[in-house]
Amino acid sequence: MKLNTRKNVIGNSILYLILTIFAIVMILPFYWTILTSIRYNEDMFSLPIKWFITRITFEHYVSAFTTVPYAKYFGNSLFLATMGVLTNLFFGSLGGYAFAKLKFRGKNAIFKVLLSSIMVPGIVTMIPQFLLLKNFPMVGGNNILGSGGIGFLNSYWAIILPGAAGAFAVFLMRQFFLSLPDDLAESARIEGAGEFRIFWNIYLPLTKPALAALSIFTFQGGWNNFMWPMIILSDPEKYTIQMALQSFSFNHATEYGPMMAASIVATLPIFILFIFAQKYFVQGIAFAGIKG
Amino acid sequence: MTDIQGAIIRDKSKKIKISRNARSQEVMAYIFIAAPLALFLIFTCYPVFRAFYLSFTQYDILTPAKWTGLENYKRLLHDELFYITLKNVFLYVLMYVPSMIIVSLSIAMALNKIQYAATTYRVIYYMPGLTSSIAAATVWIWLLNPEYGIVNQILGYIGIVGPTWLANSSTALVSIVIVTVWQGIGGNMVIYLAGLQGIPDYLYESASLDGANKLSLFRYITWPALKPTTFFVVTMSMIGAFQLFDQAFAMTQGGPGNATKTPVYLIYTSGFNELQMGYASTMAFVLFLIILTISMINMKINGENSIN
Repeated sequence: MKLNTRKNVIGNSILYLILTIFAIVMILPFYWTILTSIRYNEDMFSLPIKWFITRITFEHYVSAFTTVPYAKYFGNSLFLATMGVLTNLFFGSLGGYAFAKLKFRGKNAIFKVLLSSIMVPGIVTMIPQFLLLKNFPMVGGNNILGSGGIGFLNSYWAIILPGAAGAFAVFLMRQFFLSLPDDLAESARIEGAGEFRIFWNIYLPLTKPALAALSIFTFQGGWNNFMWPMIILSDPEKYTIQMALQSFSFNHATEYGPMMAASIVATLPIFILFIFAQKYFVQGIAFAGIKG
Repeated sequence: MTDIQGAIIRDKSKKIKISRNARSQEVMAYIFIAAPLALFLIFTCYPVFRAFYLSFTQYDILTPAKWTGLENYKRLLHDELFYITLKNVFLYVLMYVPSMIIVSLSIAMALNKIQYAATTYRVIYYMPGLTSSIAAATVWIWLLNPEYGIVNQILGYIGIVGPTWLANSSTALVSIVIVTVWQGIGGNMVIYLAGLQGIPDYLYESASLDGANKLSLFRYITWPALKPTTFFVVTMSMIGAFQLFDQAFAMTQGGPGNATKTPVYLIYTSGFNELQMGYASTMAFVLFLIILTISMINMKINGENSIN
């Protein structure tokens, strides 16, 4: 018995040691990034490197925001990510509710087809989507046949529209609605409540945890999106923060201070979200992973 | 008497109500799923077919698409650059997916064992997963700086002269593996953790009583029980990994030489820089088929009953 506990203590200490070393490895890039972003250039390029800081400067943050209109790009990304959250919350929960709680012909087949789209690699739809948005009729100078103008290109619609009601949102919400009892709807129906009211007033308020998780994922996806906005947006005024960060680090490749400051700013909203909703992040991933 | 009649009438009206309800329920259901379904048809379903069609054409956007039959596919067979990008991405997947599985599963198992501070550790491991691919790439360009970067500094402490990472064609791809594994561990660890918590304790207890050691506990209980989880993690990681672009674009611009050029990178440049929409679609479609085939093989080996 005694031997056993001692063995356990040693085993546990080794476990904690390994976990701690690994934690340091995982977190070191953050430490170093923050350190670099508030450090004078002389301290940055001195060997051997200094692990701690003795004096602080915010000049790199200033230069990140003044070399390019970084605040504007931040706002653009905030708008796009928020729009993605709002549309996916609404259409995702509406669709998910229908697949979980309503009876209609072809339900399972439609759901399976919709779900299969999660497995379709984005690369195969990229070029046709681009052409489709470019030749969208009656917008961006296009005539009714979709030619003559640029359609939805260089417009936020081209980013918001294709992802406004993702299959993942429908799937996640459906899984959550399935876990709620059916008889809430039955009794409301007998009292004559309409289907939308049953959804909106009775079920939706019960899905707050799922909505929180979905908001977080959608926001993160929208905020971190890089390739598609780069393809769609040509007007620098409309650039997203990720595009701006990439072109900044490409054009100012040796200015590590501002690069790190800009990277931190570009990560900040997700971190703030994470601090407030850590629980939902973890639950949501586990939920989607297990049920998938 | 009147009681029974009343009950019958009530029952009838209830039935009518229910059947009317069923019909209105069906109509409402279609309205509820209209937006996701319409967007799926327009932005996923139709584009897949259009990509297939475009892969047989020559199309530069400015002039109408010209049907060229199998011309693009023939060209692809002899396109050395496409083979290079395929080789790169296969190498990347072979390094990325196994290391991702090993690290995230080991960490999840360790976290599942400890009693104190598990949440703190979990939060720390999850943090890199919050960063965007571009921010991570930018930060790691600095960390992997041959002279002033901390990676080579730390290697220096233990007497290793670090390579020039991104500037060297034999380490550039490894650098991208490091960055993406660093970013990907958190999410997969959480999925594994949830999978581990679903394995009932009595399995381990009874096996231990039968004298099973730790290795056989893992081999005969943990690993088989996690099969659906592993299938999910492998499938999703692979679909993502085969489409590697952001980090290769931001860290190395496909270089040095073509060492980190990926198929998606090539599709992007031929489609949007050179306006060869037809040929780019051919490459995209072939990549799609490769991903599909490998997912199918993965499903055959691991997935039998994990999709429900």
